[in-house]
Amino acid sequence: MSLSLADVARIAHLARIEITATEADRTLAQLNDIFSMIEKMQAVDTTGIEPMAHPLGGHQRLREDLVTETGRRETSLANAPAQRDGLFLVPKVIE
Amino acid sequence: MLWETVIGLETHAQLSTHSKIFSGVSTKFGAEPNTQASVIDFALPGVLPVLNRGAVERAIRLGLAVGGKINRRSIFARKNYFYPDLPKGYQISQYEIPVVEGGGLTIRVGDVEKFIRLTRAHLEEDAGKSLHEDFAGMSGIDLNRAGTPLLEIVSEPDMRSSAEAVAYARSLHTLVQWIGICDGNMQEGSFRCDANVSVRPLGSDRLGTRCEIKNLNSFRFLERAIEFEVRRQIGLIEDGGRVVQETRLYDPDRDETRSMRSKEDAQDYRYFPDPDLLPLEIADDWVEATRQAMPELPAAMRERFVTDYALAPYDAAALTGGRDIADFFEAMVRHLPTEPKLCANWLMGEVSARVNRDQIGLGAAPVSAQALAGLLARIADGTLSGKMAKEVFDAMWEGGESADALIEQRGLRQISDGGAIEVMVDEVLAANPKSVAEFRSGKDKAFNALVGRVMKAARGKANPAQVNEVLKRKLDA
Repeated sequence: MSLSLADVARIAHLARIEITATEADRTLAQLNDIFSMIEKMQAVDTTGIEPMAHPLGGHQRLREDLVTETGRRETSLANAPAQRDGLFLVPKVIE
Repeated sequence: MLWETVIGLETHAQLSTHSKIFSGVSTKFGAEPNTQASVIDFALPGVLPVLNRGAVERAIRLGLAVGGKINRRSIFARKNYFYPDLPKGYQISQYEIPVVEGGGLTIRVGDVEKFIRLTRAHLEEDAGKSLHEDFAGMSGIDLNRAGTPLLEIVSEPDMRSSAEAVAYARSLHTLVQWIGICDGNMQEGSFRCDANVSVRPLGSDRLGTRCEIKNLNSFRFLERAIEFEVRRQIGLIEDGGRVVQETRLYDPDRDETRSMRSKEDAQDYRYFPDPDLLPLEIADDWVEATRQAMPELPAAMRERFVTDYALAPYDAAALTGGRDIADFFEAMVRHLPTEPKLCANWLMGEVSARVNRDQIGLGAAPVSAQALAGLLARIADGTLSGKMAKEVFDAMWEGGESADALIEQRGLRQISDGGAIEVMVDEVLAANPKSVAEFRSGKDKAFNALVGRVMKAARGKANPAQVNEVLKRKLDA
């Protein structure tokens, strides 16, 4: 499978990354290299092997359901470019 | 042409944990904006999520309650999209392997029972809240809700009408509260439904193109949104058009649904396993311990009420409509084991009416199950007529005294002494020759007038069944 420039543009758009035409060409070549590697891997017979969800072994540690922290409104809001009444303000998002 | 409606529901139940799914901040509703969000909920760089055991346990409970399969290994995934109330740029959810698969719920519409299959239930985090009131042309973001644990419960497209969809949603709503995993508060958004709706010609086995109606937070909106959407889709097709797969919103003010997303690629979430979280493993003994701690489920209890107490299926269903009413009923029957039917009638009638009138929960009722059983015992043993019992009940509701104390105070003991009733009947017959003559000439109404006079003479305290019997015997003589 190989990608087209249109695919690259779509992926970039979904990730909200702005790329130039030169960057798109280079990215296309890199992505296609990755895909050809994936194709090689897919040729390997993996019958009976459990798909790996994480490169580390083991399983998720759990925490007890306890309230151990309090909110950090003041410090977090201090980083925001705009705020009011304890809210972060962002450009209007209603469709 | 005749059309068939096909509906599947996705329900988000907010899990009743104390803390968030991946951080140790409180999930309490109604706090000041952004005061209940940690560095994890704000998505500051370098933080790592740590999974809440309480959220997983609640998912196991749901899985057991619906007879689903609890996956011993499930995977968290990132669902990627951009929105200001989702500061990470992705929602942590489960995709390929959810925590629960399969199972189902039996619903009831009228007298018809139907089994609705579940596809899956998966754990995920909620997003924050966007406020679109005017902040000088900007939107406000409150991240208190971000990271609140949700269980998304997905049904198969097994429902064929809005009534079935509502019955399913109600049944699930009862169940999640029953097993203590969700408070069920729909105003606060703790239980909300998305409906996938399509239509197809009756008899066809191919599914039509569906639309998803988002965020229905009341049963009435669910019903009306589906009904509008079905009419819209049938109208479209009959006019030669076709249904476009899309997300729609229901507007209760206009009672209509309208398209929500314009961009086609908006649905491309590019799921992949979250590298921040290892696979969730659930050991057999955890599932077993959770199973042991489960309460009797509403369906099983309903059957037991029918079998053990000889209640009608309808009554048994009403008494298992919530854990509070079921517990109250069981407590009453424990104190008055011989009269389950009487207990059921009073609980569903007098008690429910007052609880609704006073807008309080059953738990806050001023008359306890034991006290009510004490009153009903006096009906069962003939001390009180039904009418007198209601009077006593009113006083109990207001004053909180026991039935026996009130009966004593007010001299309300019913007259069941056959001799005394005979004397009163004789007096009434002697004093009302006109009514007696009317009855004998075939006017049945005169009988009731005579009963009324006897009851009046007894100041309402004569046993009505006995009065009827004695009066009938004397008139027929």
